[in-house]
Amino acid sequence: MASQTDLSVQKVTLPGALALDSGRELAGVEIAYETYGELAADKSNAILTFHALTGDQFVASEHPVTGKPGWWERMVGPGKPIDTARYHVICANVLGSCMGSTGPATYADGKPYGMDFPVITIRDMVRAQMALLDVLGIEQLHAIVGGSMGGMQALSCAANFPERTQRVLAIATTARHSAQNIAFHEVGRQAIMADPNWQGGAYYGGQTPGKGLSVARMAAHITYLSEAGLTEKFGRRLQDRDAKSFGFDADFQVESYLRHQGITFTDRFDANSYLYITRAMDYFDLAEEAGGKLADAFAGASDTRFCLVSFDTDWLYTTADMREVVHALNAVAAPVSFVELSAPYGHDSFLLDVPALDRVVKGFLG
Amino acid sequence: MSALRIDLAKIAKHVPDGVRVLDVGCGDGALMAELRDTKHVDARGIEIDAGQVEKAVARGLSVVQGDANKDIMDYPDGAFDVAILSQTLQTAERPDHILAELLRVSRRAFVSFPNFAYWRMRWALLSRGRMPVTRHLPVSWYETENIHHVTVKDFEELAATLSIRIVNRWFFTDKREIGSGGANWRAEYALYEVGDGSYLEASGS
Repeated sequence: MASQTDLSVQKVTLPGALALDSGRELAGVEIAYETYGELAADKSNAILTFHALTGDQFVASEHPVTGKPGWWERMVGPGKPIDTARYHVICANVLGSCMGSTGPATYADGKPYGMDFPVITIRDMVRAQMALLDVLGIEQLHAIVGGSMGGMQALSCAANFPERTQRVLAIATTARHSAQNIAFHEVGRQAIMADPNWQGGAYYGGQTPGKGLSVARMAAHITYLSEAGLTEKFGRRLQDRDAKSFGFDADFQVESYLRHQGITFTDRFDANSYLYITRAMDYFDLAEEAGGKLADAFAGASDTRFCLVSFDTDWLYTTADMREVVHALNAVAAPVSFVELSAPYGHDSFLLDVPALDRVVKGFLG
Repeated sequence: MSALRIDLAKIAKHVPDGVRVLDVGCGDGALMAELRDTKHVDARGIEIDAGQVEKAVARGLSVVQGDANKDIMDYPDGAFDVAILSQTLQTAERPDHILAELLRVSRRAFVSFPNFAYWRMRWALLSRGRMPVTRHLPVSWYETENIHHVTVKDFEELAATLSIRIVNRWFFTDKREIGSGGANWRAEYALYEVGDGSYLEASGS
């Protein structure tokens, strides 16, 4: 694994301590971020994009570790649906992650936090992002935008900081992690913790639990795709061979693909960050935060414009999940749009070529 | 600027300035956009077709993709000043329920529908003995969305049964407004403004 602490990335240190949902505080929190497009003189054209579980701040520029294009370059850029010729787009690495923001790999008192890092929540991530906006001097955003865990942050931001944005665009997401969602994450966490190199999280400077992290990524990756998508892409086709090996090599293309996904992931991601961020997602339940009723979570957001998008093949965060958010927003009479788009790629549709999504995003942002 | 269908233009004309409007079955949001731009209303829409919702959202409108039969129930009582049900009544699972719901979320409503007692329909059925396919109802019986064919008389009777007050009625044939005489024969489609008692007391007009 590349040592993320060596990365020279743009970051700020938040003034004061960050109060967390756990009751603990984090002092000296660093938030790494990227910006694209000019900020208008009146600061009215800023859009904050939230990344997903394994994403980062490099939404529309080359990733410094992998050298790959930004994770949402098809959506963010000059002339793109989130048009950086018009908008100042900000994307920050979430609290707990590993691309420059404070997380379990960050040094505290001379050694990495490891499992001494506090358990964080989606709301804590949002608090850190709002503190970043304070540092940047941006009071109100034109819009906040996110898919998957980014969508959870967008909904949490709308619920907790409604005054900070005029528009909320949440894609392929949910207001609550389901038992099934938690179950898949637990498989991943147990895979990491079962890796002998994990060492109770104190593996920094030695062998990393790459095997465990790789398995975690493989299990999660299945949930990002649709069955039809997997069948179309791989079927039962064999990998570089004419017949089954009667062994446990990656005979099937789908096995080879998943192994590749797992291995390449360990080059750019910290296993402890994976534990902490999946935990934050599992703890996410906006209704619970508001005392049990989702509509109450959005009581302060009745003047905020919402656009919610789901995909018909997404079985991770379903249209039914999204409709619960729509119902809650209707109950507080917030101006909300919702559309279920048809796309073959499952949950990952929000990252892939879905022209209808481009039109909705562009239209909603105005 | 308006290129609205004549019944929609009539609705647009009669919606007061600055009110809250729910357009059930709003299509691509043409009427909502007109009301927003000319009457400064706060308009919300429900539309079942994703492609139409996409167009409405691209117009900057707030439209929820959903089934009007179910999703109208999510709105609180009295959330709107005006509800609109344009050419959708005859596609509802239970037209009586949806009318009641319209007047639960709003005190007044505009409801338009094709009149199945229009003389061309009657003639087509009488002369050929087959379900009519006309200019206004161009789809064959087996694929039409219109599952509850209704006439002017039927609608007025239902309104009476549900204690719904009819405030205004307009009739159209061949894209022109016609008088109300013999409307059940002569009207290709009908538009009603209906309200509950509280609306009539409050409106004073």
